[in-house]
Amino acid sequence: MDYESVIGLEVHVQLATETKLFCGCPAAFGAAPTSQTCPVCLGLPGVLPVLNQRAFEWGIKAALAFDCQVASVMKFDRKQYFYPDLPKNYQISQYDQPLAHEGYLDIVVRDVQKRIGIQRIHMEEDAGKLLHDPQAPFSYVDFNRAGVPLLEIVSKPELRSPEEAYQYLIELKAVLEYLDVSTCNMEEGSLRCDANISLRPRGATQLGAKVEVKNMNSFKAVKAALECEAKRQATLLEAGQRVPQETRLWNARTELTESMRSKEEASDYRYFPEPDLVPFVIERAVIERLTNTLPELPARRRQRLAEQYGLPAYDAHVLTQHRPLAELFEQTVSQYPKPKPVANWIMGDLLAYLNAHGKEPGEVTFQPIWLIHLLQAIDDGTISGKMAKELLVQAIEQQRDPEQIIAAEGMRQIVDDGALSQLVDEVLAGHPKSLEDFRHGKQNALMFLVGQCMRRSQGKANPQQVTEILKRKLHVTAKEEH
Amino acid sequence: MSSKTPSRLTIHELRSLIDKGEVHPRELLDDLLDEIARLNPTLQAYITVDPERLRAQLAERLRQEPRGKLFGIPITVKDNLCVQGEETTCASKILKGFVPPYHATSIERLIQEGAIIIPRANMDEFAFGSSTETSAFGVTKNPWDVNRVPGGSSGGAASAVAADLAIAALGTDTGGSIRQPASFCGVVGLKPTYGRVSRYGLIAFASSLDQIGPLTKDVTDCAWVLSIIAGQDPRDSTSAPVAVPDYVGFLKQGVKGLRFGVPQEYFPTEGIDPAVRAALEEAAQVLERLGMRRTGLSLPRTPSAVATYYIVATAEASSNLARYDGVQYGYRASANGSGSLMAMYERTRAEGFGPEAKRRIILGTYVLSRGYYDAYYLKGLKVRTLIKQDFDAAWTQCDVILTPTSPSAAFRIGEKLNDPLQMYLSDIFTISANLAGIPAISIPCGLTPDGTLPIGMQLLAAPFDEARLLRVAYAYEQATEWHLRKPELRVAS
Repeated sequence: MDYESVIGLEVHVQLATETKLFCGCPAAFGAAPTSQTCPVCLGLPGVLPVLNQRAFEWGIKAALAFDCQVASVMKFDRKQYFYPDLPKNYQISQYDQPLAHEGYLDIVVRDVQKRIGIQRIHMEEDAGKLLHDPQAPFSYVDFNRAGVPLLEIVSKPELRSPEEAYQYLIELKAVLEYLDVSTCNMEEGSLRCDANISLRPRGATQLGAKVEVKNMNSFKAVKAALECEAKRQATLLEAGQRVPQETRLWNARTELTESMRSKEEASDYRYFPEPDLVPFVIERAVIERLTNTLPELPARRRQRLAEQYGLPAYDAHVLTQHRPLAELFEQTVSQYPKPKPVANWIMGDLLAYLNAHGKEPGEVTFQPIWLIHLLQAIDDGTISGKMAKELLVQAIEQQRDPEQIIAAEGMRQIVDDGALSQLVDEVLAGHPKSLEDFRHGKQNALMFLVGQCMRRSQGKANPQQVTEILKRKLHVTAKEEH
Repeated sequence: MSSKTPSRLTIHELRSLIDKGEVHPRELLDDLLDEIARLNPTLQAYITVDPERLRAQLAERLRQEPRGKLFGIPITVKDNLCVQGEETTCASKILKGFVPPYHATSIERLIQEGAIIIPRANMDEFAFGSSTETSAFGVTKNPWDVNRVPGGSSGGAASAVAADLAIAALGTDTGGSIRQPASFCGVVGLKPTYGRVSRYGLIAFASSLDQIGPLTKDVTDCAWVLSIIAGQDPRDSTSAPVAVPDYVGFLKQGVKGLRFGVPQEYFPTEGIDPAVRAALEEAAQVLERLGMRRTGLSLPRTPSAVATYYIVATAEASSNLARYDGVQYGYRASANGSGSLMAMYERTRAEGFGPEAKRRIILGTYVLSRGYYDAYYLKGLKVRTLIKQDFDAAWTQCDVILTPTSPSAAFRIGEKLNDPLQMYLSDIFTISANLAGIPAISIPCGLTPDGTLPIGMQLLAAPFDEARLLRVAYAYEQATEWHLRKPELRVAS
């Protein structure tokens, strides 16, 4: 039987406002435990919440960026359950009159564009963080995170594969980065994702039993978890069994999903309207003002880069996936108007460096002027392409303009024919066996000798010229021999 | 110069004496502390009193510049108002040892005007009650008859003001908890319009009903205190951006031509003490003699008020009290053998809450739970709107509404404690004002036939019309002498 996966994603995004959603405490990550708290976010007796204006506006901007209908009146509700990281034992969230609903996000999977509906977006406060002491019978609560503003973005169940889910997350993150409303970092917890997946026979319209999957801490983990779940559910269905509707946790070690132990029946959160907050009217004028502050979003920028710079769709896509890369590209090209080489260097060497070191584009500073100088140095022959690759890495690690590094280390490539000729002679003299090998037809002896010339010159010899000279000398020799 | 000792005087009298140098704030506080030492063991109006801390507080306040309207004047506050650095427990075991790190806004405003705060006036636990019998720290007595309740839940505050163990007090009112004790103790008690006074720092019972208000010896003092605590607070999103009128200045404007409505539902043939009915009838005649016009009125949804209140208020209370779980502050049940988080929660709350608190939490949880929310809570909110609409219509026919505050005078200690529904019904006349969010005041208007117990009358007005309410109350007060009657205090031997 051919089964189709039906997937929906619930993403919680921490808004990077300076202060928390309902009080003036700093919302920044990483401070000493329970040092960024006040009576309000600690839920002390007698305190009351007051809505953070900026969080409210950023929420609206996000809703607009996802083409949602922004509510004309929204309210908050209490979601009630007991847990030590929830100071009031209720979370101020939104139930039936949320910030926004009915939006969408366009994704591209294997060159096919697809529109994924967004069910709703609402605001809520985050809970604190529990830390368990493995040595002692204690758990600790760090309340710094309690009260940090969250946006919950709920997709419609319109994703049809783990790959689509993955692309959805990448694109969602790109949009939020462009808006500059969140650091979108799954490791730090500023972006969290829960997934819902069910299977049904392809072509069927009814939904199958839904399984909720939690505890994934990277986009790749979301994809892996969903792949695992799809397989597990298919196996059950093939065997004629039902898929129990439940919540499962992704175990990154075993790479399997596990049932959450002893779940009592689904919690009754006893939602009711938050009586400490009045309903909020969102006026047309506010929506218009905020619409005008929206930056160019990834989809539009992608299109513009392709058109304006004549870039292939693939290039435009890679460059716009992270706003810093798009910025770097455009700022570089503004002074060095050769889009394709610039794109290649960014997509190639720069991204390779970032991936190798596990860094996000925003985490590493790389000034446009550095790339410009690098490319100019290649153009005017100061350095070879090969040298430039190393120079790029050095520029990042030393946080220095390549121009300065070239000057400081005297990194000029050797292009003088005479000097190179002498170099080649020296190498040939030192490697008689290779000469023999070449004469006996071993072509890679040539490459070996080129490599030796590069080594001997500390990489400064121009590889193309060296190769030419070597070829000349070897053939001459061979000719002489014959 | 008054023949009364300073503790027996009102704020406005003391203001003038202190400013003239005839009474020193230290004398005043000492006199008050002496009286407290003498009578509090019997009355238990205060849970605890710490004279040394109070004297230190006075010394600090005396250094404060500039001198405020309450300079040198002690104000008593109910144990559910957060006073920084002072144990605040809502008369509950579950908050024993909780010391707020911040002042309630109302407290801050009093302090800014130079007041000395006397904390820990006794109350029903978490304000759940109409008799101050459910406090975890003792039953407060009515100074008029120590075998009777002072009313609740602000019973400690009302008793203290009546017995001159307080110059004036701040209480809180969710369903009548300022007004009913005021009427039982023969003092003035005002519940402001919802949103008139900031709730920041008021340990919440029912968020959409709670208000802080004054309990005072006379209407002038009431206007003084209200003018200081009223006004929008950025820390309370439900506090109203409405200007605060000069309540004291408007008191003497007179009442000629104003209309008072007499709602038939508040004067039923049965369920109201004949003495109360008689006192109210006399009060109506006083108002007429002052030039006011009496009109008949109907508030048809009145019979639904108590049920609506006990659904809405308990729902909010169950949520507001969820935070008392032993995790951060207050009482935590010993860990012996409990092992699990759930066991800790359950034991802490089972041991920390009294029976009435548990009753209301369970009731409130039930009406919010899946399958019952629509039938109870949502329905309750709708009926609440209808009740409010009754009043909206009433204001087209009259300027204030006259009702009894309570169906009877103070009942005996223990009389209603075992019959919660009977206890709930004693709020029948006060509850609608909270549901509708309108201001209401209780002032003394008579005594029971044997002359031993005070009877209170209630006046209601339109939202934010406290100025008119106080004006009518003042005119009535000045035309009568009920406010001058004091209990004969007999100390238990």
